[in-house]
Amino acid sequence: MRQRVANVEKMARIIRQEAIKMIYKAQSGHPGGSLSEADILACLYFDQMNVRPEDPHWDERDRFVLSKGHACPGLYASLALRGFFGMEQLNTLRQFGSILQGHPVMQKVPGLDMTTGSLGQGLSVACGMAIGLRRRGNDARVYTLLGDGECDEGQVWEAAMTASKYGLGNLCAIVDHNGLQNDSTTCVIQPQENIAERFECFGWRVTRIDGHDAWQILNALDEAKRHPGQPTLILARTVKGKGVSYMENVVAWHGTAPNEAQFEIAMQELEG
Amino acid sequence: MAATRDAFGHAVLELAKDDPRIYVVDCDISKSMKTVDFARKFPKQHINVGIAEQNGAGVCAGLATVGNIPFLSTYAVFASMRACEQVRTSICYPHLNVKLACSHGGLTPANDGATHQAIEDVAIMRALPGMTVVMGADYNAAKALTKAAAYYDGPVYLRYTRDSVPDFYGHDEVFEIGKGKLLRSGGKVTVVSFGEMLHEALAAAEILRGEGVEIDLIDMSTVKPLDIDLLKESLSRTGRCVTVEDHSMIGGLGSAVGEWMAENGCGRLIRIGLNDCFGQSGPYEVLLKHYGMDRESIANAVRKLLLN
Repeated sequence: MRQRVANVEKMARIIRQEAIKMIYKAQSGHPGGSLSEADILACLYFDQMNVRPEDPHWDERDRFVLSKGHACPGLYASLALRGFFGMEQLNTLRQFGSILQGHPVMQKVPGLDMTTGSLGQGLSVACGMAIGLRRRGNDARVYTLLGDGECDEGQVWEAAMTASKYGLGNLCAIVDHNGLQNDSTTCVIQPQENIAERFECFGWRVTRIDGHDAWQILNALDEAKRHPGQPTLILARTVKGKGVSYMENVVAWHGTAPNEAQFEIAMQELEG
Repeated sequence: MAATRDAFGHAVLELAKDDPRIYVVDCDISKSMKTVDFARKFPKQHINVGIAEQNGAGVCAGLATVGNIPFLSTYAVFASMRACEQVRTSICYPHLNVKLACSHGGLTPANDGATHQAIEDVAIMRALPGMTVVMGADYNAAKALTKAAAYYDGPVYLRYTRDSVPDFYGHDEVFEIGKGKLLRSGGKVTVVSFGEMLHEALAAAEILRGEGVEIDLIDMSTVKPLDIDLLKESLSRTGRCVTVEDHSMIGGLGSAVGEWMAENGCGRLIRIGLNDCFGQSGPYEVLLKHYGMDRESIANAVRKLLLN
């Protein structure tokens, strides 16, 4: 386990560096959520998920839906580091003709399982994947990552009911609970302090963890596999902008690119 | 006489017999959508998400990504408007193989009133990149087109009637998505219709024949992509067109044909449809007459075009 933790911690640091580099180069994108989700993505793509970069459409692969699609720089970095496409592609984020659109597109990006970017839609898609896979005896697992602000959307709760009704134990949803959304804190805009209790009421198995503690994330993901008849929700308490001091817990870094001086500071801090 | 929604229920039963990839995702109106038998016979290919069409659209998208052919089974107002953005972003944008099976298209849920009468759906669906829009004129057409849609690449919007419509086509009639049918030719005016309005257009043709007037009559069962070759074949001779649809005049068949005619400098057009207004409860025939969409209104439009 210690080895696994060290490995994903290392990968999370690189994911953060690459995400910030991409957003700086593009001068556009969403750094806050890309940093808060990095540890979770590292655990998924560098420990948990059964994927084949050389065969991205391999039918037995585990699926991942980034329901909070705006945080795709973190995902693009993860996929490139995992070997689905060349690292040089990361320099093209949001540029004309790039495979790396502002929000992710499944036909363009090797290893990407679903097109997202409009909040609230990913959990329904993940339910469809999980039902479809299970009913034809495919043991692949389906993971999806939601934002806490995203849980304002009613469709999330429609999907939560479906997952529970069909006992989708092959589905694991993770909420990146960083407490901030576009306009302000979630407490101000639409309080989300009882997400865990709500999912429990909706019939889910719920685990509360520190979303920056690789040990806890890996344990929670391992445990989720041992409950075949019930979907698991991992409520991951995170810090938006994690790893870059001036971005941490600052609403303004939801969708703003750093300037040159800020970029230098960010890269120094993320080297640590 | 049969409602074309019955054709949907029967088509998916036949499809699922030979293909485990066929799914029906219901939204708590399976009795109305005629999918009760499907749910009983193919429980492993059936999902009911309850009164949650947005979620249903997303579940269909997910099913399609893992290789299935899901039909979202609901009413046209809900698929095209309640779940519009899910259809756009989770289905059309990634061009997933999801079929939207939508009953209650147009005024045919006559007694239900305007909440359940979809008169904007074709306009909305036409505007979505990669979406195909189809409505069969009778039971046999709807059934054949539903089966064709299952194996047609990408998202397809299938529009059905709640109420019974007359039978016209034989059960072995062959339909191809993207191809209309020229049912009468040699006329001086081209009448283009789709869905159950074909029957009003046929009745209008008979009225006109009684007056010694022949028309070209096209069943444009696929509104998008439009069968341009067929339009060209008829309109190059007639140069006059009447479109007939159970839908708003804005954005539907009349707009599609009119756009093509304008861009090709091709003749004159009168559109029959709802003139920027909602429907209401009442017998279907009464509604058609009230909104100027009945056979007499169609015949009048043809007469008007023949005057000059």
